[in-house]
Amino acid sequence: MEEPPKSLAKVKHIILVLSGKGGVGKSSVTTQTALTLVSKGYKVGVLDIDLTGPSIPRMFGLEGKKIHQSSKGWVPVHLSTNLKIMSLGFLINDRGSSVVWRGPKKQAMIKQMLSDVFWDELDYLIIDTPPGTSDEHITIAEELKFANPDGCILVTTPQQISVDDVKKEINFCNKVKFKILGLIENMSGFVCPYCDECTNIFSSDGGMNLCRDLGLRFLGKLPIDPSFNEMIETQGDKEGKTLVDFYKENTSFTRFNDIIQLILDDNLPNRLQNLTL
Amino acid sequence: MIAVRPHQAQEEHRFADGEIPELAPQPNNPYLKAPEPEHCPGPESENAGKSDSCTGCANKEICSSLPKGPDPDLPIITEKLSSVKHKILVLSGKGGVGKSTFTSMLAWALAADDELEVGAMDLDICGPSLPKMLGAVGESIHASNSGWSPVYVGDNLGMMSIQFMLPDKDSAIIWRGSKKNGLIKQFLKDVNWGQLDYLVIDTPPGTSDEHLSVTSYMKESGIDGALVVTTPQEVALLDVRKEIDFCKKANIKVLGLVENMSGFVCPNCKGKSMIFKPTTGGGEALAKEMGIPFLGSVPLDPRIGKSCDTGESFLDMYPDSPACTAILDVVDALRDTVGDEV
Ligand SMILES: Nc1ncnc2c1ncn2[C@@H]1O[C@H](COP(=O)(O)OP(=O)(O)OP(=O)(O)O)[C@@H](O)[C@H]1O
Ligand SMILES: Nc1ncnc2c1ncn2[C@@H]1O[C@H](COP(=O)(O)OP(=O)(O)O)[C@@H](O)[C@H]1O
Ligand code: SF4
Ligand SMILES: [Mg+2]
Ligand SMILES: [Mg+2]
Repeated sequence: MEEPPKSLAKVKHIILVLSGKGGVGKSSVTTQTALTLVSKGYKVGVLDIDLTGPSIPRMFGLEGKKIHQSSKGWVPVHLSTNLKIMSLGFLINDRGSSVVWRGPKKQAMIKQMLSDVFWDELDYLIIDTPPGTSDEHITIAEELKFANPDGCILVTTPQQISVDDVKKEINFCNKVKFKILGLIENMSGFVCPYCDECTNIFSSDGGMNLCRDLGLRFLGKLPIDPSFNEMIETQGDKEGKTLVDFYKENTSFTRFNDIIQLILDDNLPNRLQNLTL
Repeated sequence: MIAVRPHQAQEEHRFADGEIPELAPQPNNPYLKAPEPEHCPGPESENAGKSDSCTGCANKEICSSLPKGPDPDLPIITEKLSSVKHKILVLSGKGGVGKSTFTSMLAWALAADDELEVGAMDLDICGPSLPKMLGAVGESIHASNSGWSPVYVGDNLGMMSIQFMLPDKDSAIIWRGSKKNGLIKQFLKDVNWGQLDYLVIDTPPGTSDEHLSVTSYMKESGIDGALVVTTPQEVALLDVRKEIDFCKKANIKVLGLVENMSGFVCPNCKGKSMIFKPTTGGGEALAKEMGIPFLGSVPLDPRIGKSCDTGESFLDMYPDSPACTAILDVVDALRDTVGDEV
């Protein structure tokens, strides 16, 4: 059965966001990648395969929303016509209850997400992942084996503890033949709002040096930016403005836009052209 | 060798047209695919898969092949851990909040007391951090007929991690849960800790195989409880809530919640910034909501990250820092709750 999963039939590009380490900002990078691409006019889908700690519903201000069933499959939650989101968070009734699953169950859920979600036409599908190299990662790699994804964006924070785990993730990518589009060093330095002094709370340059040592593309540094969190947390009170509008005014946007532009400039081929459907 | 339980591929649950798909009720036994029906004899009982209630139960096949009776390794683990006085899990649903940092701080702080014997066990198999944080990079494990001996980083501080068993320090451990469970069992069964006053156990984020395994393997040896770590922002609290829910389901006592990375004081101008803003009240509000003790807040301090990278004890190097004081308060509160005379 050498076929890509059914749900990807009209998806032109697939990008995964990975890191060996937790809490480095994978979900934040996923969110920003999606918002940036939507701001450029692309049709974007976000698939969250972090099953035990799904952050994506909160990131997009969609907690409490539900997935619907249609004859074509699971209808993801629409933030706007150009932005569709799927997360296990939308299937759980109580936001406080835990999903205590062993591997096979996680595997089954991810498989079902890839076969049943009705994305329709998408320019980009961004996949947010949990930390590590285990069931979720093995499953998504197996599922995408014949799907020809564009590749993955790696995220790390600058300190060595995090870089060490990311090295493991790079080995994983090489094993499963995920192309690495580049690496982002997140939470790199904090500029004090009172005196403008920059403190490297999680040290600095770890990600950049790793790229140099391994010959990977360095996509750039993102500083610690409390205004991004604030935007996520306060998205409730908006006056006819969308999250994309807010993000375009956010201080993180300019830098992130440059990062995404680097990837867009690769002009990676539309995966549908390469597939014999 | 290690007996790994069989895993059945899950059959997919399909939803009808027009329905709002919701997660179906979950079984208590994580190996099953459907909840146990009312008169279930118990999936691990002699009658599992064969009794009247099993006819038509979706788990019939799984139950017929699950190992019967209690796991024969459990008494061995219980025996092995009987020489360990206090066993503390460090948990958090969220990644990168400081579980490993806290485990190592706890280990350093406890081991500073010469009277105590301390062990630190790393159950984060895909992302082990303890060897680096406790300054044991490059060590390897000595195995003998009688088991594995821990790596000692001090006279009274031993530790164990998968990192010590890797051919290359950057090797990825691409293991499914079932394989991780086998190693966790071995760590509990085969490591010769000797007499210990404390065993602190570092875990990966989430609520999955590692968490289920360690709690079920240690059921009879008794876990004193869990120290739960969070950061102040809701994206973290959201996952931590789930972890506390897991503790309730698994009957693990929550010894307390600690909020890490609470605020940052600029070393230049002493101005305070809430980097991870507690928009929903932070750890303290969550502790109140869930009815668990709140043990304190530890500020962001760049020197913590540095000493973790170099494997030195932050507590020894910066004893006068506010972060150090806050951490030691948490350690004292923990020792109080587990009933150890400080
Ligand atoms: N550049 C940044 N500046 C400030 N805060 C940030 C930045 N990047 C991420 N954060 C915050 O750090 C926290 C962790 O980020 P996030 O949830 O994206 O990490 P993750 O890698 O997905 O974690 P997990 O492994 O648990 O899924 C979030 O509260 C997020 O808002
Ligand atoms: N209070 C703090 N101030 C500064 N850095 C911290 C603090 N707590 C943790 N860190 C750093 O944050 C990173 C993530 O912590 P870690 O313990 O590895 O998280 P986890 O085990 O939960 O994934 C580490 O580099 C650690 O040194
Ligand atoms: S098959 Fe029998 S033992 Fe297994 S869950 Fe169903 S009723 Fe219980
Ligand atoms: Mg995440
Ligand atoms: Mg850790």
